[in-house]
Amino acid sequence: MDYFERFAIPHPSPAIYASMVAIGLTVIAIIVGLTYFKKWGYLWREWLTTVDHKRIGIMYLISAILMLFRGGADAIMMRAQMAVPDNKLLDAQHYNEVFTTHGTVMIIFMAMPFIMAFMNYIVPLQIGARDVAFPRLNALSFWLFFMGAMLLNISFVIGGSPDSGWTNYFPLANNEFSPSVGTNYYLFALQISGLGTLITGINMIVTILKMRAPGMTLMKMPMFTWSSFVANVIIVFAFPVLTVALTMGTFDRLLATNFFTTSDGGMDMLWANFFWVWGHPEVYILILPAFGIYSEIISTFSGRNLYGYKSMVGSMVIISFLSFLVWTHHFFTMGQGALTNSIFSITTMAIAIPTGVKIFNWLFTLWKGKIVFTTPMLYSMLFIPTFTIGGVTGVMLGMSAADYQYHNTMFLVAHFHMVIIPGVVFAMLAGLHYYFPKMFGFMLNEKIGKLTAWIIAISTLLAFMPMFFSGLDGQARRMYTYTESTGFGIWNMISFIGAIGFAIGFALIVYNVYYSIRYSPRNIGSDPWDARTLEWATPSPVPYYNFAKVPHVISTEALWDAKYNQHELFPEKYEKIHMPNNSGVPFILGCIFFAWGFSFVFSMWIPAILTTIGIFICMALRSLEKDPGHYVSVEEIKATEKKMRGVQ
Amino acid sequence: MKVDRSLPLEYSTQQNQMNILGFWVFIGAEIMLFGTLFAAYFVLGDRVGNGPTGAEIFEITPVLFETFILLTSSFTIGLGIHAMRKGYTKAMITFYVITLLLGVAFLGFEVYEFIHYVHVGAGLQTSAFTAALLTTLGTHGAHVTFGVFWGLLIVYQLIKRGLTPETANKSFIFSLYWHFLDVVWIFIFSFIYLKGMV
Ligand code: HEM
Ligand SMILES: [Cu+2]
Repeated sequence: MDYFERFAIPHPSPAIYASMVAIGLTVIAIIVGLTYFKKWGYLWREWLTTVDHKRIGIMYLISAILMLFRGGADAIMMRAQMAVPDNKLLDAQHYNEVFTTHGTVMIIFMAMPFIMAFMNYIVPLQIGARDVAFPRLNALSFWLFFMGAMLLNISFVIGGSPDSGWTNYFPLANNEFSPSVGTNYYLFALQISGLGTLITGINMIVTILKMRAPGMTLMKMPMFTWSSFVANVIIVFAFPVLTVALTMGTFDRLLATNFFTTSDGGMDMLWANFFWVWGHPEVYILILPAFGIYSEIISTFSGRNLYGYKSMVGSMVIISFLSFLVWTHHFFTMGQGALTNSIFSITTMAIAIPTGVKIFNWLFTLWKGKIVFTTPMLYSMLFIPTFTIGGVTGVMLGMSAADYQYHNTMFLVAHFHMVIIPGVVFAMLAGLHYYFPKMFGFMLNEKIGKLTAWIIAISTLLAFMPMFFSGLDGQARRMYTYTESTGFGIWNMISFIGAIGFAIGFALIVYNVYYSIRYSPRNIGSDPWDARTLEWATPSPVPYYNFAKVPHVISTEALWDAKYNQHELFPEKYEKIHMPNNSGVPFILGCIFFAWGFSFVFSMWIPAILTTIGIFICMALRSLEKDPGHYVSVEEIKATEKKMRGVQ
Repeated sequence: MKVDRSLPLEYSTQQNQMNILGFWVFIGAEIMLFGTLFAAYFVLGDRVGNGPTGAEIFEITPVLFETFILLTSSFTIGLGIHAMRKGYTKAMITFYVITLLLGVAFLGFEVYEFIHYVHVGAGLQTSAFTAALLTTLGTHGAHVTFGVFWGLLIVYQLIKRGLTPETANKSFIFSLYWHFLDVVWIFIFSFIYLKGMV
């Protein structure tokens, strides 16, 4: 019996049992459904084994939206618990697990894959490439991310969730204070998905450097590609730090080493340093591509090219550099000297300058533009003021002396949500509406889209503005309840209403997809927004080889030149196209990694060794394999193009 | 795949060039990985708790052997690549095999070294210092072990398939990896052992 007891949840509650049943039923429904409709083969051939960057992008997108709901459910639980004083909905332990899972899921398994979805889908199209540099590795990246996410997601029904915050500070996260296996889940889920992210980083850098269309010099790349490039460079430099930190944490927990302990020479602050040397750049990995998306959207719907292209690129490079020099601002109050604090205070505030440059560039782009208020544009317009609130309060937090007042209060929670939701989530939703026609061949409904944008923007203010006030009043972060006499009740109630607003907004997005599947017209052509960059030169949805002919580029806005400046975008003749073959290995390897992580979470050493061997066998097989890919013939291209574009 | 005969074999297709560039970027990540390990080692280096210090446990003899062997193997793999450029497949394979044997010899000494540490009471769990030391050395050692297996697969392919743009590309990338491990070792030698012994 002992053996099985480990898998039981340490702090069961009716809600968890209900979720267990729900998960079980969903899994059964999916299996039965796939079998009944005979879709297993389709799923395997078209999705699980695909190496097409567009399909991988779509899988990232779907996962990100699912995780948005997972993290959102946690957010609602937290806000419901806090809505009134002395609430008994969640107990302290459960609340710990919920905010830990919420933070981890939102950053690692929602925002990251959302970014990856667009990077995967758009970057190769924007640079005129047929795929990424290493298509199989790309599939592997996705499956590693996905399996990491699943590993974290089963934690609350098997063995218990992590409960020491998404920052997982040691020694709190060590066995002594976090006895359940939850933190092991955290360590392995992040390790596995982090590996996937690193591989994506390498893949994208090479793709962007080596696969650009003729004529596209670095300074002619569209802004989203530039932002992705910078973000991927940050990934390659930041993620190995996380890898090492997680490994040391794992050793501390599973092998009883003394890296982050308080005895035998261990040093708890080392974890904080490593975590934030990765963690701070991580937020720029998220925000820069989001800025890239805003740049695309704002220039498209202002009807002019982006103001200050070079300063946009320059500010991103400066931000990426500074992002590695500020990590200590996350622990101003944890006992380092005044000099250290001052230095990091200054570097932190310096980031506001290049960020301000970007904001002004967007404003200048709008200034003389002919603005078209579509849903993506609406999100972008709502972004600028809300994000500025978040940014300004960030500078407040960056003053180390003042931080002693705000530290670990709801003020901080308000700040980073006001940055990350307008900055990243709005951008992703804007990108979703903007690129939806390219991905699926029909548009999302504009009316519902705009309504949703307003609801989400208002909810952002409702949910997070009160936290500034209650935070300044002293409401601590990560507290599961408070008494009536504190007077926090009213603020938290408003926050709760905001959280409900979010839930309605996100539900409306799903409804919009459903509605548009049913009612949206399908013959939208390749360029429904009158856009400017290359991704809009392909039919929608994009054929698997992307471009029938290699595009030739003369400026940052290749399609615009072709449409209005008589530039010949496709001067070459049809030629046969070389494409990679599908492969089951990335998916299988991902599954083995899942089993590998699961074995380590429960310290089951024999399966751990077997799966490790399995991983190496897969790699060896891949090394020995000869896979030359295949060619698409000219006739097939012509037929496909004819079908997609109507005429040719 | 288009093969450009005017370039060295390992660079002769676009995919090959991308593989090599990708590997350089990967090495960038590896530098960060080892850099972080070194940072941890520097921070924890004198936090020995009740355990021994570096000066007490380091033994110069195996370390000198290890250094000598690894430097030599870096040289032999260089000769292997030189042979590849000249098209001497047999010589190339021989040099690769010698390299891998040297790698195995290196690992032998390292295993001995680890046993010694555990023997003198400097195991993984003794102190923050020993944990950082053994993790840093162990990560390098794991890389060498991985490299030996990888190298075997490459030698096997060279024997079976001869020198093609593909195998040349793989061999070249492997040589970059091997040189990189050598460079890391030089840092380990200087900043862990030499610094620890004086
Ligand atoms: C959708 C509406 C959201 C609501 C209502 C919400 C609510 C909250 C609340 C109440 C906390 C504080 C937990 C506590 O300290 O007691 C929190 C923490 C956090 N949230 Fe959100 N959140 C939302 C969306 C997001 C998004 C989109 C992200 C990131 C992309 C995010 C990332 C985080 C992180 C990293 C934490 C810190 C967790 C920790 O303390 O370890 N949240 N959220
Ligand atoms: Cu930061």
